[in-house]
Amino acid sequence: MRIRFSIPLALVVISTLLAAFLFGDAKPSVRVAPIDLVEPRPVETQTQASVVRDYLKAWETLGSAMSENRADLLDGYFVGVAKDKLTDTIHEQQKLGIETDYRGLSHALQVVFYSPEGLSIQLADNVEYEVDVRDHGKAVGTQRVRTRYVAVLTPTESKWKVRVFQSGDRTN
Amino acid sequence: MSERIAYLFGFIALSVSLGMGQTSALSLRFPAKVEAGTAFSVPTTGSGTATVYIVGPGDAIRRKVQLGENLAFGPEDLHNAGHYVVFVDGSSTQDTQFDVVASHQPATLSFLAKPSRLSVNRPEGISGVVYVFDAFRNLVLQQEPVSFELADSTGRTQSRSATTRDGVAWVKMNSAAKAGPAQFQAVAGNVREKRVIQQVPGDPCAIRMTARGAGKKERIALETEPVRDCNGNPVPDGTIVTFTETYQGGQSTVDVPLKRGVARTELPVRNGAVISVAAGVVMGNEIHWSGGL
Repeated sequence: MRIRFSIPLALVVISTLLAAFLFGDAKPSVRVAPIDLVEPRPVETQTQASVVRDYLKAWETLGSAMSENRADLLDGYFVGVAKDKLTDTIHEQQKLGIETDYRGLSHALQVVFYSPEGLSIQLADNVEYEVDVRDHGKAVGTQRVRTRYVAVLTPTESKWKVRVFQSGDRTN
Repeated sequence: MSERIAYLFGFIALSVSLGMGQTSALSLRFPAKVEAGTAFSVPTTGSGTATVYIVGPGDAIRRKVQLGENLAFGPEDLHNAGHYVVFVDGSSTQDTQFDVVASHQPATLSFLAKPSRLSVNRPEGISGVVYVFDAFRNLVLQQEPVSFELADSTGRTQSRSATTRDGVAWVKMNSAAKAGPAQFQAVAGNVREKRVIQQVPGDPCAIRMTARGAGKKERIALETEPVRDCNGNPVPDGTIVTFTETYQGGQSTVDVPLKRGVARTELPVRNGAVISVAAGVVMGNEIHWSGGL
């Protein structure tokens, strides 16, 4: 039996499968710099592991919140100024009828500050991600971004939450 | 087969030409950096109209732009610092990104001073951490000098200065020898934040007691002198002082809180008893009671 299909249709199918393979459930690569020189409070390995875990979860949460325009999703991993600003952006997106997809490709993380009393920890993240924009469901475009994020996390009952989340100069 | 290959190339060519489409002549030149909350404009080229999207975690903007005219942004448009990506509808080849950076002018300080209460004379016992923000609550990532000053209850001050790195500066200070509230302040630019650190006396340094007849039959009245720490600060009322009477065949102990700086109690008279006094790990003098009342 011979299966017949048109080339454009085949291209669409292949592209979709490739995209699903490349971006579907793919996790970003993560590198974490050594923590020997963190000041003023030394960071224990266990603390570092939980901070990195919660920070990466915050990125996942951000991706879902922005693509679904659901500010309530931010509650799990954001607090304070960071949560306020991201919530405002989601409300703005809702008003305009646009959605944005943030797909993390890589994170190069470094703990740059851990406060003397352990009440805040600061990460620098040279991150690479792709951002898609849709306007009323219609794709507008995709761009790849490389930038440096600075995040301040504070401890809560069960996890670290991102209190400041701000990108600075591009690394390239 | 050759027919299919030709079809494939044709499809790719068509896709590319559609991608370039109506805005192939469009050019948008965003500055690489814009200060948060400042007005700026972006010249455009081309003709007709296009929809421009500016997105980032900090904001989302959509604008219809008349090509050939400037795309203007007011001070209220982009005030959240961050990295922004520009999309132009119909142009997948347009790749523009820029940063909105915090203002250099500090507007608020998040000042964490810890602990809020500690004993006197503790080297580097007080820590101060300052995060510097601009008027739009952006972390000021450029280096900023921050000065810290700790003034004790007598007005004597310690000063330190630090420079922010990624928006944060910190210091450690010594607690003063004199007990009382200390004013801890941080200053960056024209902004200052104050916190109060309660400096309390340390542990008792020495205890001295005296004994006398209590006026009642077979009782001794015991009283300490005012209890002070090693810097001469009165130890706070409520601190427990323990009087112990050791005699042949037994021991009696009484715990008494300091009241107005002294501890008082009465114990039964037992000839040959040894009476001692202590607070925490500090032992005071001993009295050997051998006489009657």
